[in-house]
Amino acid sequence: MHPIIKLVSQRLALGLLLLFGASALIFGLTEALPGDAAQAVLGQSATPEALANLREEMGLNRPALTRYFEWLGGILQGDLGQSLTNKLDIAESIGKRLGNTLFLACAAAVVSVPLAIFLGLLAVRYRNRWPDKLISAITLTTVSIPEFLIGYVVIYFVSVKLGWFSSLAMINDTMSFGQKLNAIALPAFVLTLVVLAQMMRMTRAAILNLMQSAYIETAELKGLSNFQVIARHAFPNAISPIVNVVMLNLAYLVVGVVVVEVVFVYPGMGQYLVDSVTKRDVPVVLACGVVFAAVYIGLNMFADIVSILANPRLRHPK
Amino acid sequence: MNEQLTHMAGQVTAGKLTRREFMGKAAALGVSAAMASTMFADAARAAGPKKGGDLKFGLQGGESTNSLDPATYASSVPFQNGKQFGDQLVEVAPDGSIEPRLAEAVEGSADAKVWTFKLRQGVEFHNGKTMTSEDVLKTMERHSNEDSKSGALGIMKGIESMKADGDNFQVTLTEPNADLPYLMADYHLIIQPDGGMENPGAGIGTGPYQLEVDEPGVRHVFKKFANHWNPDFGNFDSVEVIVINDATARTAALQSGQVHAINRVEPKVADLLGRAPNLTVHSTAGRGHYVFIMHCDTAPFDNNELRLALKHAINRQDLVDKVLRGYGTIGNDMPINAAYPLFDGSIPQRDYSLEKAAEHYAKSGHDGSPIILRVADGAFPGAVDAAALFQQSAAQAGIPLEIKREPNDGYWSEVWNVQPFCASYWGGRPVQDQMYATAYLSTADWNDTRFKVPEFDEMLFAARAELDNDKRKDIYSKMGMMVRDQGGLICPMFNDFVEGVTNQLEGWESDPTQEMMNGNMSRKMWFA
Repeated sequence: MHPIIKLVSQRLALGLLLLFGASALIFGLTEALPGDAAQAVLGQSATPEALANLREEMGLNRPALTRYFEWLGGILQGDLGQSLTNKLDIAESIGKRLGNTLFLACAAAVVSVPLAIFLGLLAVRYRNRWPDKLISAITLTTVSIPEFLIGYVVIYFVSVKLGWFSSLAMINDTMSFGQKLNAIALPAFVLTLVVLAQMMRMTRAAILNLMQSAYIETAELKGLSNFQVIARHAFPNAISPIVNVVMLNLAYLVVGVVVVEVVFVYPGMGQYLVDSVTKRDVPVVLACGVVFAAVYIGLNMFADIVSILANPRLRHPK
Repeated sequence: MNEQLTHMAGQVTAGKLTRREFMGKAAALGVSAAMASTMFADAARAAGPKKGGDLKFGLQGGESTNSLDPATYASSVPFQNGKQFGDQLVEVAPDGSIEPRLAEAVEGSADAKVWTFKLRQGVEFHNGKTMTSEDVLKTMERHSNEDSKSGALGIMKGIESMKADGDNFQVTLTEPNADLPYLMADYHLIIQPDGGMENPGAGIGTGPYQLEVDEPGVRHVFKKFANHWNPDFGNFDSVEVIVINDATARTAALQSGQVHAINRVEPKVADLLGRAPNLTVHSTAGRGHYVFIMHCDTAPFDNNELRLALKHAINRQDLVDKVLRGYGTIGNDMPINAAYPLFDGSIPQRDYSLEKAAEHYAKSGHDGSPIILRVADGAFPGAVDAAALFQQSAAQAGIPLEIKREPNDGYWSEVWNVQPFCASYWGGRPVQDQMYATAYLSTADWNDTRFKVPEFDEMLFAARAELDNDKRKDIYSKMGMMVRDQGGLICPMFNDFVEGVTNQLEGWESDPTQEMMNGNMSRKMWFA
């Protein structure tokens, strides 16, 4: 078998095992939280009878292990089950939410990844001169400000004062693609500001590191322009660390944007997960957790594989 | 100029002039925008409700886990949803009286034990079926039978039997209760086809708007139901309830005109928001109260001297000023205020007195060990700050309070009604009987102060059976005094409902029962 295929299948198998472990861990932790779904739903209006009836209906009286394996059995057949609290089909709810999350993440990534890499290259080209310092200053500032604050500032000026974009990034199926893009303009902008710095700094650092190498000196000596040296000779060798950090940020865009979702009232996965944890809706928490874990594992696996492909020594092992 | 303005106002009333036209012409006459706006509003109000438009609410209190099943309602968004698609038998009117809805008339027997609701005829559900007394009976059964998991189960306990009898629905109680109609006005008790036995979360009722989109935690869209039994209810083409849990996002959405009304305006921004020209901040005195509760049966709170010491050591006005920013009134250690019918205003106000506090504290003989007060901001907004203020004033009276911060998550199941001294919130009830029966009766599940006084229980039952309002008022007054002087409730303040509404909407009414005009904005208001 080709070593690459072997490697990918190994990684996939490991990933599945990891997913299984993650689901068990999530289930255990949710069980360990105080209270259960019945109590969380009834809240202050719980009476002992109502609690008992609701527990019975939700099937919470059965042992934890039974419930976990039932869930596992279901998911192996592609059935995510029903929410405990509102009885809606989880697959359907998650489908919509995940679609929204991926849409926002993609929009932010399409803008931020090329921009970050370009700014990184620019920073190297003008290293330690004013463009480099300006780029670093701006991106480091935006990454240091908490995202909800950036969100509020953007809402205040762009939405309330100027009225250019809606502060509610609500999207639904009846909207056209253009309308959707318009609706998510502000959150995508804020997310771009949040993820820009790390990718930009990593690009800059990785390339600067390579700029000391002998082959760069050769390229310079043979008369290539500064930017050509960076783009053609340094960048391909820096792909591995850059891809790693890009994937980390993409994963963040998918799983870590609950604050931005709340500020812009965006119907994504983050809020869904938080609400479900609060209400101890275990099947939903598990489903969200597994999806998030899959995204993380998948993107990291992709980064690994790209690093290997980008490195001839790893591509052709002796 | 005056004649011209009067003429123009007349045209508005007759529906011949739009707001924009009116404002433009008024400006040409040199009238300030603010004044023209007021004049337009007056003239438009005189014209009466207009139909049409899409109403959008931006509300705090919705989760992805919400269901449309009325039995599960516990927060603002589900409450508001229920008011769109459903009707109860009766509703509590803004003045505290009982207003007919699906029941045309309510009649109690002389001993207040048997209550007959005469049902409105020809009422249509959104699925096309006509409402019958069987539907009503099944609805009430679903909320009160042995398998019930309803939030209304607690108030349905005193029912001995129910029956559907032609056009009537009849309830027989185990004990007399003159306030039974108020119990039937509870927002959980929405009449559903077949009582919602089959599919309670379908969102089918008899309300003025029918469900179109249900995305829990995101938005709920309702469109006008053409066959509603009361054509005066519901002036809008559609109503959209948008979940905006973040306070800043909510205010921004109102300011930028993306929603027409928001709930829970934070007191700290209410003044600033009220200055915006295109909207009004309404503050409505309600029955909800922010409290600290002590278990009367647990040491050291089993000592009434210590309870009194703590009650005297809290600076109520300071809390109203700082925690509620003035959007509320001071409490008197009883769960009742002037918003309740039959309230006795002559009950003396508990004073803030460090001397009395110190005196009672000395009498209590407490060993001086710190008294643990558990709080979380989930108990009520600003609870942690309120506890800190309480701690400081108590310290001046020599009473050592120790604040223990608890997580919001799980507060209602792990701390409230479990720990002996903690912060809490009560939403209030439409009548005194219901409030006392819910939380101060010895046998009540939610007796969160463990206030168990047989004499108090007897008075509660006596008041229920009493149909003479003067005598009832007298009994309630004594009960109030008893809770105030012997109970475990420290009630420093009653909070107002603070809501932001765009000036495009007309027909606002203050309603102390629940927030947002008791959920009736979409029924009673209209676009100018």
